[in-house]
Amino acid sequence: MQKLFREFLKGIIKENPTFVLALGLCPTLAVSVSVINGIGMGIAATFVLVGSNIIISGLKNFIPDRIRIPCFIVVIATFVTITELTMKAYAPALDRALGIYVPLIVVNCIVLGRAEAYAQKSTVLNSLFDGIGMGVGFTLALILISAIREFLGAGTLLNHAVVKGFNPVLVMSMPSGALLIIGLLLGFFNILKKRRA
Amino acid sequence: MKNRLIVSVSPHLHKGESTSRIMWMVVISLVPAGIAGVVIFGLNSLWAIMLGVISAVIAEGALQALTRRKITILDGSAFLTGLLLAYNLPPKVPFWLPVVGSFFAIAIGKQVFGGLGQNIFNPALVGRVFLMASWPKYMTEFTKPLNYDAITSATPLALIKEGKVFENISYLGLFLGKRGGCIGEVCILALLLGALFLLLKGYISWHIPVTYIFTVGLFTYIFGPKGLFSGDWLFHVLNGGLILGAFFMATDYVTSPLTWKGQIVFGIGCGLLTAIIRLWGGYPEGVSYAILMMNGAAPIIDRYTRNRIYGTK
Repeated sequence: MQKLFREFLKGIIKENPTFVLALGLCPTLAVSVSVINGIGMGIAATFVLVGSNIIISGLKNFIPDRIRIPCFIVVIATFVTITELTMKAYAPALDRALGIYVPLIVVNCIVLGRAEAYAQKSTVLNSLFDGIGMGVGFTLALILISAIREFLGAGTLLNHAVVKGFNPVLVMSMPSGALLIIGLLLGFFNILKKRRA
Repeated sequence: MKNRLIVSVSPHLHKGESTSRIMWMVVISLVPAGIAGVVIFGLNSLWAIMLGVISAVIAEGALQALTRRKITILDGSAFLTGLLLAYNLPPKVPFWLPVVGSFFAIAIGKQVFGGLGQNIFNPALVGRVFLMASWPKYMTEFTKPLNYDAITSATPLALIKEGKVFENISYLGLFLGKRGGCIGEVCILALLLGALFLLLKGYISWHIPVTYIFTVGLFTYIFGPKGLFSGDWLFHVLNGGLILGAFFMATDYVTSPLTWKGQIVFGIGCGLLTAIIRLWGGYPEGVSYAILMMNGAAPIIDRYTRNRIYGTK
């Protein structure tokens, strides 16, 4: 049980997909304009990650090594399609806000990266916890980035005005703001890591 | 190029030149343009300049103290960055704008890369572009020259972009700075005085500024509004931040190519980009974007314009 918990925990801090592995930066840059978008993307990616990790680790003995990537993609695409159709049906506003980046979860390198580096070599249970941990880590990173960007770029948090008379830093809502914030946070976490080592 | 490096036996005499001395010389050469800006736009621009400079110096010292590096606030480079940034602001900006801009210029434009000599992009322009992208409202509100009641007026370049005819300002008026614009860019006469000083003392070479300005002039002349070869090239040379940018910002040692061949490529590139942005781009003025883009290209220009080592093929 403790080992499973470790599998879960490593995705959040020690191997955080965004700040340590630096994977899946494309959706991170694109959707982190507001916290709602960040949470939505995080949950969607977590669902796909957990689903594909379970299926791939379960099928690992049946997938020929040479064509494993296409096989992984088929599994991942199935879960992405489920996510997309569910989102279109029950959260159309979020679906519109995230736009092309929901179908693009198929090529999110966190999902394929975990399938390749972890699920195809591990048991179903371990892969399940790995998927949850990675998904939660990705979601937390998205929330952190999008909270900073939404606050600076629009003066709001979760669409509620936080401070009055604040002149928003418009650049933070633009792609360049995303690159700036992610870069600074990466540097900040590297400093923390160095201090602890 | 003549071989100017003469190595003789010791004892050697040091010329007394240093990075910090050059920085302060550039600051001195910019003083006339600042005085002209204050005369043309009033005291508000003086406060903006002072705030820009002071906050740049404070930001440099604070960040160096925070990262436990040597504090070099007296070498003039932060002072110069703050000064150039303030020169690139409209005269009637809220007072927090130069402060935020200077901090951003020093922090993100310079210290993040490791300080003086390490930055890829000109820090002052990084600050300006950041302010432009974040608060376009304040950055595009210009005041009428020689009218201290702060009546707003657009810059001639902005009026041309919107397709309006502006009240005709003579070329002499433009040369002396009788137009709306940023604090330090309007008075061409004062800028040229400073530039002449730097050129005569050998602190900057002519390659970048001359090719830059020539390219903008040529390009705007060829692609004029009434067909080919009908452009008002003098208008384009005298307007916007071209003179300030060409002499004082494109020539920054850190972010421009090393050899004269590279500098000519750099100058032509800046000129082409500026003219393209002015004629067909979304913004009325493109000097800062052009220089920043070419800053990014400087390493690769250096790579292809290396001097041949004597005796090799």
